[in-house]
Amino acid sequence: MSEQVGGEYPRTPLLEVAELTVHHGQLCAVDQVSLSVRAGEVLAVIGANGAGKSTLLRTIAGLHRPTAGSISFEGDNISKLATHRRVRRGISLVPEGRRLFVSLTVEENIKVGAQSAGPGPFNLKAMYELFPWMPERRHQKVGQLSGGEQQAVAIARALVANPKVLLIDEVSLGLAPIVIERIYEFIPRIVDQGVGVLLVEQDVTQALAVATRVHCLLEGKTSLVGVPTELTPAAIEAAYFGSDVAHGAAEGPTS
Amino acid sequence: MKKVRNLDHGADSLVTVRRSRINPLYTLIGAVVLSGLLTWAPWFLPAADVSILQNFFILVIMATMWNLLAGYAGMVSIGQQGFIGLGAYAVLYFAIKGVNPFVAIPLAIIVCAIIALPVTYLLLRLRGGYFSVATWVVANTAMLLILSFTLLGGGTGAALPGLVNLSPDQLNHDRYLSTWFVALVVVVATYLLLRSRLGLVLSSVRDNEVASRSSGTKVTSTRRLIFIVAAAGCGAAGAVLAISQPFIQPGNEFSLSWTAQMLFVSMIGGLGTIEGPILGSIIFFALQQWLQNWGAWYLIIFGAVAVSIAIWQPRGLWGIVRDKFHFELLPVGYRVNDATREPVPRKSDGPSWRSRFARKKDGPESVAT
Amino acid sequence: MIWVNTVIEGVLVGSFYALFACGLSLMFGVMKIINLAHGDMAVVAGYTAIFLVPKFHLAPVWSFVVVVPIFALFGYVLQRTLLQKAIDRDPFTTLLVTFGLSVIIENLLLEIYTANGQSIDIGVLISKSWQVSSTLTISYFSLVVMAVAVAVLLSLQLFLSRTGTGRQIRAVSDDREAAQLCGTNYRHIFGIASAIAFATVALAGIAYGISTEFFPSSGGANLLFAFEAVVIGGIGSLWGTLLGGVLLGVSQQLGAHFSPAYQVLGGNILFLAVLAVRPQGLFGKRTEM
Repeated sequence: MSEQVGGEYPRTPLLEVAELTVHHGQLCAVDQVSLSVRAGEVLAVIGANGAGKSTLLRTIAGLHRPTAGSISFEGDNISKLATHRRVRRGISLVPEGRRLFVSLTVEENIKVGAQSAGPGPFNLKAMYELFPWMPERRHQKVGQLSGGEQQAVAIARALVANPKVLLIDEVSLGLAPIVIERIYEFIPRIVDQGVGVLLVEQDVTQALAVATRVHCLLEGKTSLVGVPTELTPAAIEAAYFGSDVAHGAAEGPTS
Repeated sequence: MKKVRNLDHGADSLVTVRRSRINPLYTLIGAVVLSGLLTWAPWFLPAADVSILQNFFILVIMATMWNLLAGYAGMVSIGQQGFIGLGAYAVLYFAIKGVNPFVAIPLAIIVCAIIALPVTYLLLRLRGGYFSVATWVVANTAMLLILSFTLLGGGTGAALPGLVNLSPDQLNHDRYLSTWFVALVVVVATYLLLRSRLGLVLSSVRDNEVASRSSGTKVTSTRRLIFIVAAAGCGAAGAVLAISQPFIQPGNEFSLSWTAQMLFVSMIGGLGTIEGPILGSIIFFALQQWLQNWGAWYLIIFGAVAVSIAIWQPRGLWGIVRDKFHFELLPVGYRVNDATREPVPRKSDGPSWRSRFARKKDGPESVAT
Repeated sequence: MIWVNTVIEGVLVGSFYALFACGLSLMFGVMKIINLAHGDMAVVAGYTAIFLVPKFHLAPVWSFVVVVPIFALFGYVLQRTLLQKAIDRDPFTTLLVTFGLSVIIENLLLEIYTANGQSIDIGVLISKSWQVSSTLTISYFSLVVMAVAVAVLLSLQLFLSRTGTGRQIRAVSDDREAAQLCGTNYRHIFGIASAIAFATVALAGIAYGISTEFFPSSGGANLLFAFEAVVIGGIGSLWGTLLGGVLLGVSQQLGAHFSPAYQVLGGNILFLAVLAVRPQGLFGKRTEM
């Protein structure tokens, strides 16, 4: 997949996060994290529970105010933009725990997402092609769906806004491995359309398989940055758990 | 500078705990002097001022109770006028049955507490706005039930018997002293209640109900106790209201405007502080006297101020005073002065004016240990 | 026969309560707030109809043409400013603020228009009635109010289920944050829900002003009935609100049947009984509490 990045899409990043710091009250959840996402690539943010991954994503989406640092999108500083305006600019988040509208049907959920959509390839029809089971169940309330199906609806709801950058938070949470695999099959198809994907994942194997680049967080700080093929399991383990950092593991490729 | 001190003494020695910056002895002396003056007031103040003071104490009782309910236990009741009315009518009932009205005051308080107990089983299952409007329905129902007793005067009301054989001067003195005494008991009792273990439970519930529930705090029974205490307190306010008026009427005793006043007063003074409702009551009476020829405008202005305070300065006036000067007259919590956790100034070239100021004030406590 | 009359009268009064209550129910459903000034808004609508509408040279019966749009705008603006500020703090503040508003409005009306009763005079139209039997007459006006109530609830239901904005309103009431993540400006949606609620309460206020004399202090009792109707029916369900209003009306009429003094008491008793047995209301979901 990293081959695609080469010529097809511009090299300048769509989304650029610089020295971002976020506090939850007294607690510093994200500490001076910098990263960037380009069109057509997958950046996977990995890290243990409580490393600040979700907070990072939610701050990029506009749900938390950063204490310091900046978030730029297509060259504009969007740090102070309201969440719904960021969606209209082209940043969509698939939130942790799916967060579907429970009193709405499958189709209505997706239509809410499409209501402030920009131009692009994704619409309701495209979603029904992407997830063939959907059309015949579109009038069901989302509560009647399985966990995997709900996750698909959540992704579809975010996709129909035609984002340029799609943020995905813990897509595998609470799902069976076979279901997770099926969900991850869709990610290359999304990236093929030129969307930049920033995904947060606790399941490192899954993240490495799909990612163009990896960014590991440890207690809110960047502990490792690199390309999956160039990283050793030991280096990743050290960055993930924070053990052994002093023993040279951090000297692994940080490109 | 800070680091050196840490190394010298170790982290633990820098933490001090005390209730307030003010020596409790001074507060106590001040309180005793003030109480003496207020008890003596009818002998040196003109009758009109004594009557204002008396109404002021009634408002202090109500506001203190509402503050206990909403400020400490998070229950926004808009039905406290129900217990004010019940307290007043309980006094009337006992007086009709031949009990001295002044003796009937404690009886009325007990009656209100007893009535409040079954009511809690209905109301405490409700949250937020549900609870609020349901308290109002309960108050409304109480009024309608009282209306149907012809013995108590029905809709037209009744005069309180048992006060005619006192001389006007004696009556005014007794009214004032009983009101002042009830107010004193209510404020002191609330203070002691909040200083007890219960105060700790309440602040944990206020900060995080789920967490305190799961750590074994009996949230519901604490709420129940507070609701009953507030009902008894408002019953006390109603009881002294009854003896201070020649005539008792359902439309007056059960009026929603009592709740409006107690709510505005504690909001402006500062919810969640003992001093707040008292300060709020002083401001309320000042404004009322100042705008006495302007009809209901004092209530409109007061309400507008209360709404603004709720939105922009929810800790109220006393909260501002307390935060600015670290100053409490009747402290119910503890202040932890932890020198090791004080924010270290960012600049390394000496402390800024603000932090130097803060250190100067914290200094003796840190050094003393 | 007397029981049938009582029930019919209850249904007529109850549908009026439902008209009163649907805005309260909508605001609670979408914003999770109880507007304690809801009843006072209806009274303000009544005063607006009396003192503003004549300036437009309209017959009083058409006053809703002027008052309803004004109230919709007023609702939107009040929500986007004061109420939103309160909601941003916490539900506690919202209660304090709306209660404060209620007291301020009541006393302002008292200062400006005195404590005298007012009513909207639509002339002979109010006295026309339908003689059903020797013991039962139904005024045309109460039938009109019932028709308006049903029409309002029906169109609100259709608006919420069929339109894009209605879908966004439901989405926001399910999950405010997720709706933001779908590009919905939830504050704007709150404003729209408020606008609808204020428009319906303006209608209710005008109907109230036509059918009876009202005072600056009438808002409280109206809020009480509206809230009782909403709770009995179950918050969040519009048809539940209609049923709640009707049940409230019927139990009030039954109370009045024993003694005029027991009219309101009858409603309160039903309300308290519902709270004791089924606090989520007849149509409500447990979680909505």
